[in-house]
Amino acid sequence: MKPTTIGAATGIAFILALAGIASAAGGRDTIIASYAAAAGEPLSAERGKALFMGTHSSGKPDTPSCITCHTDNLKGPGKTRAGKEIEPMAVSANPQRYTDPAFVEKWFGRNCNSVLGRECTPLEKGDLLTWLSSL
Amino acid sequence: MARLDRILGVLGASSLVAALAFAAALPAGTASAEGDYFRPVTDETVKAECAACHMAFPAGMLPARSWEALMADLPDHFGEDASLDDVTRATITAYLVANAAPEKSYIARSVATGDPVLRISETPWWIKEHRGEVSPKAFENPKVGSKANCVACHRGAEKGYYEDD
Ligand code: HEC
Repeated sequence: MKPTTIGAATGIAFILALAGIASAAGGRDTIIASYAAAAGEPLSAERGKALFMGTHSSGKPDTPSCITCHTDNLKGPGKTRAGKEIEPMAVSANPQRYTDPAFVEKWFGRNCNSVLGRECTPLEKGDLLTWLSSL
Repeated sequence: MARLDRILGVLGASSLVAALAFAAALPAGTASAEGDYFRPVTDETVKAECAACHMAFPAGMLPARSWEALMADLPDHFGEDASLDDVTRATITAYLVANAAPEKSYIARSVATGDPVLRISETPWWIKEHRGEVSPKAFENPKVGSKANCVACHRGAEKGYYEDD
């Protein structure tokens, strides 16, 4: 390949990568915005953090907290109870996070029920994603 | 692939064909010369959903009635909510039942009566295979963490090989 071709190829790859990140961010923003709209009040990263890091007694005994599996270092991997690694939750460490609405809803459904013994409200989901996206 | 290369090197191509034909003829769960082989999950939905939390265990490790009972209670899946939408759940159940341990196999016969056994690690077959050989403490090692983490000790588990490592 001639240097100009390499240059052009690198340029295109760079633009495609940027576009990928931009559309991921777009997907994430849309998901967060729809939770905010359903909640009808401003979202809070602080509340999201407290909910995620906290220990709860209303759910299933083996999963008292979100950090039971995701750990308290969200830029690093987590681990399921069966010993399998979970990809980092922090968007800075894992840009594909929270970009597929159906995937997000599936896991909120399961994990809120396991940890809290109930569904999370749109406000809680919005708070959680606001905080996790800021990491 | 290391395994295939090794076999190729040792046996030559013609005996490899014979060996593969023999392996293909073995029903799931039959002990092969080197250890136990279980056909890994082939269905993409089953792989994706089950392997979100643990290895997608080969369907041949439990009989059909165990899979049916397990899939009927996903909201309380060994202490976790693993709920799925109805369509996905039906797809996965159908695959697991179709590929379950055959009725006359040792695995199925060992859990033929009473309440269906839901944990693979609580089948008499699994217990017998691990008794004596593996100290109960080994499962508490942080690198293992759980009896569900086959690959921690059986390096070839994802490919279906569970020989002693
Ligand atoms: C029993 C282990 C476990 C617990 C407890 C748990 N999670 Fe998860 N979570 C997982 C697994 C496994 C996944 C799916 C694998 C992945 O996304 O990497 C996941 C995925 C998610 C996702 C989807 C991520 C995405 O990319 O869209 C969200 C959101 C989430 N969890 C939030 C939570 C919250 C909030 C809590 C606490 C209420 C929690 N989790 C507790 C295991 C757990």
